[in-house]
Order: sequence, then structure tokens, then C-alpha cells
Amino acid sequence: MYCSATAANIYVGAKRSHKTVSSAILSARDGDTIFVDAGHYREKNLIIDKSIILKGIDFPVLDGEKKYEIISITANGAVVDGFKLIHSGVSSLEDLSGIKVYDSRDVVIRNNILEDTFFGIYIQNGINCSIENNQLIAVGFEEQQSGNGIHCWKGDSLKVIGNQISGHRDGIYFEFVKNSVIWRNVSKNNLRYGLHFMFSNDDMYVNNVFRNNGSGVSVMYSNRIKMFSNYFEENWGDAAHGILLKEISDGFMEGNYFTRNTSGIYMEGANRIYMKRNVFENNGWALKIQASCMDVVLELNNFIGNTFDVGTNGSLVLNKFKNNYWDKYEGYDLDKDKIGDIPYRPVSMYSMIVEKYPPAMILFRSFITSLLDKTEKLIPSLTPENLKDTAPMMKRAF
Amino acid sequence: MIQLKNISKHFGKLRALDSVTTICEKSECIALIGPNGCGKTTLIKTILGMVVPDSGAITFQGNNIINHWQYRDQIGYMPQMGRYPDNMTIGQVLGMMKDIRGKSEGLDEDLIKAFSVQNLLNKRMGTLSGGTIQKVSAALAFLFNPSVLILDEPTAGLDPVASELFKEKILAERDKGKLVLITSHILSDLDDLVTRIIYMQEGKLIFHKSIEELRQDTGEERLVKSIAQVMISNYE
Amino acid sequence: MNKIIKYVITDILRNKIVLIYTGFLLAASLSVFSLEDNSSKGLLSLLNIILIIVPLVSIIFSTIYMYNSAEFIELLVSQPLKRNAIWLSLFTGLASSLSIAFLIGAGIPVLIYQANLVGLTMILTGVLLSVIFAAIAFLATVKTRDKAKGIGAAIMLWLYFSLLFDGLVLFILFQFADYPMENAMIALSALNPIDLSRILILLQLDVSAMMGYTGAVFKDFFGASNGLIFSFFVLLSWIVIPVWYSTLKFNSKDL
Repeated sequence: MYCSATAANIYVGAKRSHKTVSSAILSARDGDTIFVDAGHYREKNLIIDKSIILKGIDFPVLDGEKKYEIISITANGAVVDGFKLIHSGVSSLEDLSGIKVYDSRDVVIRNNILEDTFFGIYIQNGINCSIENNQLIAVGFEEQQSGNGIHCWKGDSLKVIGNQISGHRDGIYFEFVKNSVIWRNVSKNNLRYGLHFMFSNDDMYVNNVFRNNGSGVSVMYSNRIKMFSNYFEENWGDAAHGILLKEISDGFMEGNYFTRNTSGIYMEGANRIYMKRNVFENNGWALKIQASCMDVVLELNNFIGNTFDVGTNGSLVLNKFKNNYWDKYEGYDLDKDKIGDIPYRPVSMYSMIVEKYPPAMILFRSFITSLLDKTEKLIPSLTPENLKDTAPMMKRAF
Repeated sequence: MIQLKNISKHFGKLRALDSVTTICEKSECIALIGPNGCGKTTLIKTILGMVVPDSGAITFQGNNIINHWQYRDQIGYMPQMGRYPDNMTIGQVLGMMKDIRGKSEGLDEDLIKAFSVQNLLNKRMGTLSGGTIQKVSAALAFLFNPSVLILDEPTAGLDPVASELFKEKILAERDKGKLVLITSHILSDLDDLVTRIIYMQEGKLIFHKSIEELRQDTGEERLVKSIAQVMISNYE
Repeated sequence: MNKIIKYVITDILRNKIVLIYTGFLLAASLSVFSLEDNSSKGLLSLLNIILIIVPLVSIIFSTIYMYNSAEFIELLVSQPLKRNAIWLSLFTGLASSLSIAFLIGAGIPVLIYQANLVGLTMILTGVLLSVIFAAIAFLATVKTRDKAKGIGAAIMLWLYFSLLFDGLVLFILFQFADYPMENAMIALSALNPIDLSRILILLQLDVSAMMGYTGAVFKDFFGASNGLIFSFFVLLSWIVIPVWYSTLKFNSKDL
């Protein structure tokens, strides 16, 4: 942070001239830095309305006493660094938060610990703000009593980096946020979604881990999203997906890992999505692709140990599978070009049956269902004719 | 010693035993004789508890045998066709029987020696000839010094030498006071052995006589002939 | 009782068919684990062996063994032994020999390559299926005197449990597709030990898919301790009831 020559350092602590943070802010001017000693501060609602740096030493505790929003930021360029925020108020009328940013730009919130806050960090109409290296742990038990971890409503060029979020309703929530990046976060054990993403275009998320959230990750009504090297793991349940893509256009996904989800990816109304070099391992369904999807391309992905590779609900197929590795492929490679000579049909008959009659799952892997699947492979009747990988790889694609 | 009272047994429509009543005493060697399917084997099996009679009572030394098993300790049985688990050796079969009877001393190993069974202890049952299996069965029947011996077609598969040895053994045991029940088709074999005859036909016990009575009745000296006469008279 | 069990086991373990069976299991399981590039695929191939081959061999071998032992059983009955003891000893001997063959043939490779909960579930259900189908064979042999008929019945029973039953269930499922069938499915599965074993393994192997809506019903039931106790109890009754009934029949059987 750039400090001008006139900037002053102000100290807060039991043995300092300022006993409370609010009195320090009152006396501060733009550009000043306020250092806060370790201690337990009950400041009610702390409002930062100046472009100052608020820095905690050894994690001073700001206690919201279960009544207040702990920090509200209304100034551009404010920095909150190194605090421990606990017990915010809970209200379903105003989204009380640990730290909330109102209509500001260039705000930095980093290295904080938030425990038992309703909403964690809330950006309401922010530009170029950073949320870095914070830890957010909520203890809500029901969705209604719990807010989102990092909640961004309207924003541009936000950076959400290296945070750890658990126990909230949604780990990270984006609505009307553009040109932003979500990088190296770990969002796990949240009640609903690890990442909830709506009406947000031109965003990118990279190297995040989304694990064991109530319903996985949900990305809806957004365009031009890029996803690289994220991990989607252990999202279990009927409505749980590694990632749900609904009404998404022009997406790009590369190097992501989908592991042990009920369904790795669930796609509905997705257009022009390009998926390359992703790994689908040990999912119930690696991919559920509804007939409403168009021009989805899957290339060079690895499908390993999934119960069903691909599930679908119709016979119309406007998507393309090419050069993927499927561990269930039983074809051969006579010309030794490492590409199987006969196409692979990733939709098994039994996955179609289970789609229609879910209780049939209980007969899966019995002698009779194996017979049905083998017959279907020879004479396809139920499975969509065009859903096939015409050039499957003999060995893992990478 | 063994008392049968009104024993009846049906197999479906077939009357295998029809009110059979008789008494067998010790120191006797009784031959069970009759045409095929007359109920001899069924009678033996009821005494051994393999077949449960529909009605009637069997007592063994005064005790009812229905639903009891301990009395079989006193019986040595040699089946018509012995068959043993293929992969057990003769030694193991003998060992198992000793285990079952819980006896390892005071054994009567005369026949084991006479038939040279001890040289074959490591042979598996599956590799033995029918005659050798019969020898093993015979040796087993006598091994535990039982007071009753039940022998079903005992001499059928034995060679003449073994057959002779076997008959001598039966005589010796009878003279020791044991009861011996034999079924056989080869009547000449029985000539010197038996003291009494039970004759059966179609499940009925036709007569139970001592050999002397039979001779007097038929006027024939040899067993074969007297029986033949009985059979002929019964066919008419 | 132990006296007979010991000898029956030594006899069966030297039986050529049992040796071939053990060798086959060993070769099959070692090759599926070493040929497949991931061991969970190996487990899948092994699953088919456990659900199809193990019941088949158990029921056919036990039936034939019992018919071939008819004279030996007669001899045993003529000895001072309770009939109960004879029948149960034969069953214990036969069931434990088949279990030992399975443990050597499939258990050891599984422990080498997949010593986890899935592997252990497979070993346990494999042993239970061996014993269950020996018990069913005992029922078949005590009911029919004729060897050819008995073996035919054994083959039919195997076919029923491994194929026809599931076909019927699938048919019922399609007929009543409009009704909630989850609980009925659980009840039906109890009527077939092969199905029950398959579901127990499925819950380990395909846990992700089983967590779907319907699957979760199964998972909630079979995955919870009550469901596991239920399954185990049902599998045990598949042993106890045929053995108990066949013992009852054997007690009054004319040999």
C-alpha cells in the first residue's frame, strides 16, 4: 500500500492512547495506518469511512456480540488486515456480516479470521477489491440461519484469493460480478453450494477446491466463464453435483478434477462449452448432459472408475466427444495409433433405465443387467445413436 | 435280545414290512432269507434305525430304540455295498470310527490281521477294489467287539480264502455268545454257520425256525435243499 | 461331532474339484488384479465371480458330494451317533471346506491388492454365499432321493437366484414404475441372498451413484447399522433355515 509522507501511524490497545478502534478511526485521516494490539474489543458496529489501513497485531478480537455488523466499509482503498472477527448479529432482513463493503473500490480485506459470522465478507457493489487469505468458519446448522461466506453482489474486477470457507450457506456467492478471479480458495462443508454463481460474465476461477458441500457448485446464467485446475470432490446426494452448469454459454474448462461426486458435471441448457483434459474419477455419473445442451465439446478427458460415464435424458445429441480416455472401453487398436478403431458409447443402457426408473439402481451389476448392457452394446436401441466418442484413446489422454 | 413287535413299513404303495413280529436271542446266528424285495434289508435297516417303521415297536435288550442312538454302540454293521469318502485313507477311516465309538483299547483286530488290512493303511478309499472295501467293512463291523453283528450280504465280494477266514470268525463270535444276523443269497455259505432261519416274503415273516426244525419239516439234510422246498411250496 | 467334521474337511480339501476350484479362483483373481490398470476394475470383475461362480460351484459340488456320500452316511447312521450330529457335521465340514477354498482362492489376492472395506465386504459375502448355497444344496438333497433330479434341482435353484429372480424384480419394477418402490425393493432383496450380497458390495463400490435420490434410500437403509444388522441377519437366516429344515427332514428320513 502506498503511504504519503504525511501519513501517520495510530496505535490502539489497552496501554495506548486509543483504547478503542472507533476512537482511532475518528481521529485518523485518509492514508493513516491504525495498528491494533491483541485484545478483545467490543466496538459494536465499526464503520470505516476513510481510506485508512486497519492492521491487527496478533489477531485482536472484534466481537459483534451477536447483535451487530462488525465492520462496515464505505471508503475507497480501505484495508482490513489481521483481525479475528467473531459473533456477528444474525438477521434475515439486513444481511449482517463480518465485514461488509458498500459501494467502494480498491478495498483490501486480508489475513482475517472470521468465526460465527452470519455473512462473512460481503461486497455490495465493489470495484477492484481483494479478499485474500481469510479464514471463514460458520457454525450455522440450517440454511436459513446461515449466510454466505464470501458474498459479492454487483462488482467488477474482484479478486478472491486463498481463502478458506466452511460451514456457511454458500461458500462463495457471485451475482452480477464481472471480470473477476477466484483463485486458490478452499470451500468445503458448506450447507448449500461451495460456489454459487449467477448472472456473472467473464470470470475465471483457478485452483480452487470445492469439497463435500451440500449441493456442490452451481454456475448459472453466465457467459464466458473459464475454469482451470479446480477440484470438485465428494459432493453427494441426489441434487448434488460436482458442478451444475445451467444456461451457460461459451465456457472453457481445463484441467479440473471431478472425484467421488454423485454426478461430476450436470449440464442443462449449456452452449458452446469446451472441456479439455479434465479428469473424472469414481463419480456416480461422470457427466449428466441433458438434451438441451448444444455444441459442448469434450476432448482428451480421462474417465476412470465412474459407475456411469455419461447420462442423458433424450436421444437428441448436438455435442461432440473426441479423443477421450474411457476405462470401460473394450475396443481394439489394430493400426497402433493409440486410438481405438471402434467408437465408444459412453451411455450404457442401464444408465438410461436408472434415469427413468431410479429404484432400478438396486439391480445394478446383477447378472441380468450386465446381460442387458452387453446386448445393447451389440444392438443399440435405447441409447442415443449419436452419443459416441468416435476416436477414443487406448491409454489415458494425459 | 432284539424284539420286534408288529413292525410295518410302507414305501409309497409298497408294503416293505407287514406286521413283522419276532425275537432274536444271543448265541444265535440267524439267516434272513427270502426272494428279492422281500423286506430283508428293510428289516435290518429298521433294527439299525436307518428306516423308521410306520408302526410297531423294536426293543434292544429291553429298551425301545425309537429315537435312541446309544444302543448302536452294541452293534457292528457290515453294509451290502460299503462306500467311503474317496480321499480318505483306510487308516483315516479306521481312525474316524475309533473316534466315533470313543474306543481305542480292547479292540478286536483279528480280521484286520487276517485280511492284511494293516499293510494298506495309506491307500485312499477311492483307489480300492470292491473286495478290499468289503474287507475293510468286515473288519470295521467286528473291530469294536459288539454284542450284535448285522451282516448284509457279507461274502458277496470276498475271495474264497477271505470268505473262509470270515466264516471262521463269525463262528467264533457266535460261540462267544454274540448274536449274528446275516442276509445272503448264497445259501451254501450259510450251511455250517446258521442256527436259525427267518424266511420272509412280500414283507411278511413267513417263519422263524431253528435249523433242526426246518430239517424235520422238510426232511432235507442240506439247507439249500430245504429252503428250495420252502420257496417252491410258497410259490404255489 | 468334531470327529466327523475333521475327516470330512480332510476328505474334501483333497478333492480334485475343490482343488481345481481353488486354483481357478486364485488364477482368476490374481489375473484380474494384475491385468486391469486400476484395481477397482479388478474388484468389479471379481464381483461377477463371487456372485455367479461361487454360488454355482457351492451348490453343485455340495449336491454331488452328498449324493456320492449316501452309503457313507448310511454307515454313519448305523454307528452310535445322533442323526442331527451327522447331518450338521457334514454341513459344517462341507461349508468350511468351501469357505477355505474361497478364502485361499479369492481372499488372499483381495487382501494383497484391496485390503480395504470393499475388499473385506467382498470376502465376507463370498464366504457367506459359499455357506448359503451349501445349505440350499442340503435342502435339495434331502428332498430328492434321485441323484439326477437332485442335481437338476440344484442347477435350477442357482439359475433362479442368479438370473430369473432379478428378471422378475425388473419386471415388477417396470410394472409399478408409478409407485414408490424403494422399500419394496429392499424387502424383495431379502428374498435373494445373491442380491443382498450384491447390494452390500455395491454400496461400497458405487457409493457415489448410490447417493442419488433413490440410492440414498438404499444407502440410508443398508449403510446404517440397523440395515447392516438386518442384512447380516437375513443372510444368516439363509443359512440357518435351510439347514434347520433339512436336519428336520433328515431326522425322519429312510435311508
